[in-house]
Amino acid sequence: MILTIMVGTPARCWEGFYKEVIMKKSLFLSVAAIVGLTAGVAAAGTLDDTIARGHVKCGVSTGSPGFSGVDDSGKNVGFDVDYCRALAAAIFNDPMAVKFTPLSSSVRFTALASGEVDILARNTTWTYSRDTDLKQTFLGVTYYDGQGFMAKTSLGVSSTLELDGATICIQVGTTTELNLADYFKANGMSYEPLPTSDNAESKQQYLAGACDAYTTDASALHGTRINMENPSDHIVLPEIVSKEPLGPLVRHGDDEWADVGRWVLNALVIAEEKGITSANIDSFSDTKDAEIHRLLGTGDDDMMAMMGMPKDGMYNAIKHVGNYGEIFERNLGASSGINIERGVNNSWTNGGILYSPPFR
Amino acid sequence: MSSVKLPVEKFRLGMLLGDTRYRSTTVQVIAFIIFVSVVFWLVDNTVKNLALLGKDVDFSYLWMRAGYDINQRLIPYTNDSTHGRAALVGILNTLLVAFIGCIIATIIGVFVGILRLSKNWIVAKLMSVYIEGFRNIPILLWIVMIFALLTEFTPAPRAFKGADPEASMIFFQSTAVTNRGAYFPSPVWGDGSVYLILIFILSLAAIFLFRRYAKNLQEETGKNLPKFWISLAIFFIPSILFYFILGGPVSLEYPYLKGFNFKDGIYVRNSFIALTLALSLYTSAFIGEIVRSGILAISKGQTEAASSLGLRPSRIMNLIILPQALRVIVPPMISNYLNLTKNSSLAIAVGYMDVRGTLGGITLNQTGRELESMLLLMGFYLCVSLCVSAIINYFNRSFQIKGL
Repeated sequence: MILTIMVGTPARCWEGFYKEVIMKKSLFLSVAAIVGLTAGVAAAGTLDDTIARGHVKCGVSTGSPGFSGVDDSGKNVGFDVDYCRALAAAIFNDPMAVKFTPLSSSVRFTALASGEVDILARNTTWTYSRDTDLKQTFLGVTYYDGQGFMAKTSLGVSSTLELDGATICIQVGTTTELNLADYFKANGMSYEPLPTSDNAESKQQYLAGACDAYTTDASALHGTRINMENPSDHIVLPEIVSKEPLGPLVRHGDDEWADVGRWVLNALVIAEEKGITSANIDSFSDTKDAEIHRLLGTGDDDMMAMMGMPKDGMYNAIKHVGNYGEIFERNLGASSGINIERGVNNSWTNGGILYSPPFR
Repeated sequence: MSSVKLPVEKFRLGMLLGDTRYRSTTVQVIAFIIFVSVVFWLVDNTVKNLALLGKDVDFSYLWMRAGYDINQRLIPYTNDSTHGRAALVGILNTLLVAFIGCIIATIIGVFVGILRLSKNWIVAKLMSVYIEGFRNIPILLWIVMIFALLTEFTPAPRAFKGADPEASMIFFQSTAVTNRGAYFPSPVWGDGSVYLILIFILSLAAIFLFRRYAKNLQEETGKNLPKFWISLAIFFIPSILFYFILGGPVSLEYPYLKGFNFKDGIYVRNSFIALTLALSLYTSAFIGEIVRSGILAISKGQTEAASSLGLRPSRIMNLIILPQALRVIVPPMISNYLNLTKNSSLAIAVGYMDVRGTLGGITLNQTGRELESMLLLMGFYLCVSLCVSAIINYFNRSFQIKGL
């Protein structure tokens, strides 16, 4: 209606403007509120802000079995969730001091850039353009993944190369979307994309038969498959068509905050390498390994002060959440039911490629 | 004679507020200054904060390789095309939905609006239920529900496979309705089809000329020709006749199942059907109410006067009521067409690749240019909306009583 008035005579337009704007103070107030919000993105130290606020603002996925989800009691659980809990435990000695924001793949970077979340642990692939052009800082790799395809057993397909002409469900705004295009092109095959907004919608479309195959990171496919009514009716095809190193990320420009996130992740990896678990952590108080003392804050040196963190920060993180291996086992390993092999996601001392720089 | 001398009042600053001659200008100037400062502050604030985040405003990404595929495209596009072209594909998809949606919504809306005034109690109540049902449930739910119905209750392409398939094609094996969309036969334009198209266009022109002739004839002599039937005959007969004379230059290509999907034919995706259908049904409920209010705005005396002249009810509606009602109906129609166009940005809910899905979705995500993409998107919707209202305002002027 306002538009019709505007298109009408100019005098009436002004009249309408007065009525709408001058008369209604509330509109001015709401404009002021919007301006205030945009002004809210400040570049002050994220760590200081977080400590002042009392909790970590962590962005996770809207639901990816094993990585992020909600258990029966309404508690956030998952591999990515546990990383944020470890971060919170390191800062506050309280793994529950996290505010989780579920984000779809298409809004995650905007949410991080705008300050709605301070760290994104949302199975996000570390790529060149995201690191440079999107102005983000990746803190490391929590999970070395690769893109795979899932299809119904009844389809009779045993290889991705047999999918020529198929309709494929894909989450929009992900690297998998680009890999899919590249892979089919490289193999001279055609396909029809069926874009979906998240894992749940993809799964629904896939089950309804609206697409022949569903593609995303293989870990998520395994997690989704195990939650199907009859997992044996579905097969994750053997081909892995891309490298998908998943890891947490923060905004460019706050190196102190990035350091905190990076070294909490490294601490979890070192802990597994050294055999420190949440159960046996207290038995290391008189160990002869100096690095363990530095890591856990049980020695004389206060290493954590270099980051402005409590001396026993890493101790708290491991004590409350466990080391990398424990987190993996709890969320993705045999005890979770998803049963993903450790594979390359194992400490370098156990034949994997997880290798942390020294804590020195 | 002594002339009355008006006191010449010298301008004082206080008159800017105290004197009604100046007050309105003063208020306007102040409002304008405030408005400009707020806009300036917003822009300045945005630029500063972007700089703080290390981001700049740069549109060059539109010329870079997009790298993703789009399922429904009206112009050639591959993943090697640019982001700009992807945006164009999206724009055309948006316009397609908006255009077809507006037409269907208008047709259904006019019917529903008239039928709601029907003297038949059941018909009137059914239309009330229709209007209240669609008007009072959010459009997003209708889109998702229609999409879910289409996906869940239709067979997958694989069901058409085998010697004894679970599902079969309809309309003489020409059309396949699957849970991915409907496949219709597509025309193949053979030799001589140009002449056929020419004949068809000529018959359209003939219909136009005939109607003008019939109108003049009626005004001069009062003789009334059966316009509808003659028009229908001109529409079909020459084209069909020439189709056989030219030896059937246009043939149909039927879709057939190959591999995972149907090949050939015209493929109308479920996302498109669901979105268009939901948008038109939803908007038609509003249009129905506008039509009803327009008809009710015409005084009952008009109907009574017309019937006393011996006109049949259908003629009263077509010749007396609707032309007058249009003056009331057309202006609010604009906002409904605009709403339909803007609501089409909900396409993302069913994965329909409109401009919100390509430029404002995948491109935005892959390039991280949120501000630029959103500005372009807002500019596009603004342009479309202003164009639509300009066009309808033009039509509106021809309906209004002249000289007022």
